[in-house]
Amino acid sequence: MAQPVEISLSVNGVRQGGAVEPRLLLSDFLRHELGLTGTHVGCEHGVCGACTVLMDGEAVRSCLVFAVQADGAEVVTVEGLDSGGELHPLQEAFRDAHGLQCGFCTPGILMSMIPFLRDNPRPDEPQIREALSGNLCRCTGYQNIVESVRLAAERMGGGPSPGGA
Amino acid sequence: MSRTYVGTSPVRNEDRRLLTGQALFVDDVQLPGMLHAAFVRSDHAHALIRGIDASAALAREGVVAVITAEDLGDYWQPGPLLVPPPPIDGIVFNQASQVPLAKDRVRHVGEPVVMVIAESRYLAEDALTDVFVDYEPLDPVVDLEAALAEDAPVIHPQLGTNLAAHVVQRHGDYEAAKTDAHLVINRRFHYDRGAAAAMENRCVAARWDPRAEELTIWDTTQAPIPIRNGLARMLGLLESRVRVVAPFVGGGFGPKIMMFYPEEVLVPWAALRLGRPVKWTEDRQENFFATTQERSQIHDAEIAFSADGKILGIRDFFFHDTGAYDPYGLTIPINSQCTLLGPYDVPAYHSEFRAVFTNRTTVTPVRGAGRQHGVFVMERLLDIAARELGLDPSEIRRRNYLRKDEFPHTFQILFQDFAPLYYDSGNYAPALEAALDIVGRDTFRAEQARARAEGRFIGLGVVSYVEGTGIGPYEGARVTIEPSGQVRVATGLGTQGQGHYTAFAQIVAEVLDVDVDRVHVVTGDTREFGWGTGTFASRGAVVAGSACHEAAVAVRKKVIETGARVLGVPADEVELEDGAVRVRGDHARSMGLGQLAGHANPLRGAVVPGTEPGLEATAYFGPDHGSTASGVHAMVVEVDAETAMVKILRYIVVHDCGKLINPVIVAGQVQGGVAHGIGNAFYEQLVYDEGGQLQNASFMDYLLPTALDVPSVEMAHRETTAPLNPLGLKGVGEAGCIPTGAAFAQAVEDALPHLALEIREIPLSPNRLFELLRDAGPADRAPAAELGGPTAAAAAD
Repeated sequence: MAQPVEISLSVNGVRQGGAVEPRLLLSDFLRHELGLTGTHVGCEHGVCGACTVLMDGEAVRSCLVFAVQADGAEVVTVEGLDSGGELHPLQEAFRDAHGLQCGFCTPGILMSMIPFLRDNPRPDEPQIREALSGNLCRCTGYQNIVESVRLAAERMGGGPSPGGA
Repeated sequence: MSRTYVGTSPVRNEDRRLLTGQALFVDDVQLPGMLHAAFVRSDHAHALIRGIDASAALAREGVVAVITAEDLGDYWQPGPLLVPPPPIDGIVFNQASQVPLAKDRVRHVGEPVVMVIAESRYLAEDALTDVFVDYEPLDPVVDLEAALAEDAPVIHPQLGTNLAAHVVQRHGDYEAAKTDAHLVINRRFHYDRGAAAAMENRCVAARWDPRAEELTIWDTTQAPIPIRNGLARMLGLLESRVRVVAPFVGGGFGPKIMMFYPEEVLVPWAALRLGRPVKWTEDRQENFFATTQERSQIHDAEIAFSADGKILGIRDFFFHDTGAYDPYGLTIPINSQCTLLGPYDVPAYHSEFRAVFTNRTTVTPVRGAGRQHGVFVMERLLDIAARELGLDPSEIRRRNYLRKDEFPHTFQILFQDFAPLYYDSGNYAPALEAALDIVGRDTFRAEQARARAEGRFIGLGVVSYVEGTGIGPYEGARVTIEPSGQVRVATGLGTQGQGHYTAFAQIVAEVLDVDVDRVHVVTGDTREFGWGTGTFASRGAVVAGSACHEAAVAVRKKVIETGARVLGVPADEVELEDGAVRVRGDHARSMGLGQLAGHANPLRGAVVPGTEPGLEATAYFGPDHGSTASGVHAMVVEVDAETAMVKILRYIVVHDCGKLINPVIVAGQVQGGVAHGIGNAFYEQLVYDEGGQLQNASFMDYLLPTALDVPSVEMAHRETTAPLNPLGLKGVGEAGCIPTGAAFAQAVEDALPHLALEIREIPLSPNRLFELLRDAGPADRAPAAELGGPTAAAAAD
């Protein structure tokens, strides 16, 4: 077994660290070492997008990143989206437009949409669908997810995107 | 002001937890000292096991135990038969249930052979490669018909045959009906396998607490109570000492009710045996091999018509692939058999099927559960007949719908609930007309012609279906008003995204006139509620929702009686309004429900004889028959005749699930079902080679529809209320995916009228459609008829 490697990173604004095996996935580090189980793992081969988190402001699939690669990075997970119990406008829009059913894919979708809406504050439907196409959902048929993202964009008014991104 | 919640769409009570990452899923369970399981699975579809050498795995650092079938002793037992065969005359049923670990023979790729338990999931998976299993490969059985050949290898030697079941059901006399036929059509149809593909894989965690003498199991199951009961029996524990929790579950779609999966049996056993918590989390590849699947059937169907396009009768022979084992009995083929009849008046029906064991993953219900096969066969037969008779596809359906005065309607064949197939209510023709209105009854054909002039091939498919939903036996609910004034509702169902936390809260909140977000629903925890069956057959809202209603009504009665006592007036002078009881006409004399709950549970004084403490009631609901939902789906597609790529331009659903509890949730269920159906129709196919090896066991190779592949659904609801439950509910969970393949096939054919294209198979991948288009000759048929108008009867609704 390879020697553990010391890492230090910021997760949701909190300094975290420790000795991790080089092969430890970032998703497993977040879920099982830090207890941040809001990041879900659906396929472990980088297709479903459920495990998406922000790393230095960009969406990454945490099942395709080793924890050691996140050394020194700023990571934001779904637990870091709301502030003091106040839902992020994106979360609110998903609630208001029934953008989730079982909710398993939802954290990854939220974390994919944060940088998307930052870079495209006024997206049209084809752009939203394109941006969502890297995240799989089996429950919703995507219709209300598209609507949730559109609603969030409208409410966020093209302003700066929170969530540490 | 009384609150009205049923029929409205408040935001969901569960969403805050899900959106903030605070909802508990099974793999989130992390306990001190927890061990992790991984499984050595068969690489072979069919082989004998000559020996297992696990010594190297045991020697690996971090490995705690390596378990084979031999190590299980008497605990090694085949799983139970979940659904016994219905009492049909002459039925043949051969049972062969899955086993915890393969002992001497493996019967499908992915079947568990050895369980490795280690200090981490990583170490457990490392050790899998240390285990050597000596296999002697046998010829696999993959093809449904070849499986029944005299010289076919036998998968279950004790049965001496690969025949799992043979069932004949008859309604009327088909052969007699056929003698007067103007037109008889006979075709073969294929439906192949897809994956349920819930986003959350399966997961089981178990902890034995020796002080409490309690075994707690967290399980991604749709049926926690039957799992609790079965494990208690197998492990020799009192049911009350086994707690099964199905917390938030990331999608079910059927396979999560296939109790008992080997892992479900083994992980709790290991936790007891080792005295430490144990967890197993399935990965996606395992999900493709080891989680149950559905859908392969081959139908040879014949339909007879009168000259005016009325169905005289149908005869169908079909083969049903049950995979390596058949623990779920005959639910799927019985559903196929019954659902084929659809919304139509079919005077004579002969349906006969053979269920067949194959060396493929075990088959149990997946969303739709056999219904779509029946719908596909029937709707295709109608389309082919319409072409022969020179009718529009909509017109042939119009001529055959059951009329709204023909309910309840009974067929002489048995449904999956063992009762004669029974349609409680329905009104079909208006749904078709509504769908055509949305499509554009007067404009579509002109648009189609314009597109064709531009070299674009646009087609319309319009199909109908019925769905038997909401079957018994029963569910229950307990409703409690707490001293805080908040209301707690417990049911025995599991929930996988259907919105039970909100829909059940709406039902209860309306009865008790409290805010819906003050009603807290708990599902899927046997400690909270220990009676019930589970979430399947589109029954949660119908059966458990009705139980919630009955329990809330009983609590309301207690509220009035207790209020009368406390306020010192007769019960008929007490009213429940706005979360409080008060004296009618004297609103100053009132008491909030919370305070009243305190009065109902005093620390001193005497409880009134004949009453119970607290404002709490438990009720059960079991319908005599299910309720029959129905609908019409219409799809407009554009086919690229060169590449065979199909783009879905519009998707229209007119849906009738009786009274709607929450229209937004219902719409979401339908939209998701449609996406699942589109996947099954065009993108998703589990491709097995002749050796029984699955060729596309990853999300890279097995294509789930994405946001780019699924259109927004245009939807209209109709509410033909069900007479057999208090709220008039019908189920909706599976509806969206049932008729999709049939609509897709009709639409593709309609887009290409110049080709003699007849689609008789689903799924229809772009590749396969390309082959069909390449091989199709020119058509010798008239251009599509006008969509036409409703009959007088339908127009009158």
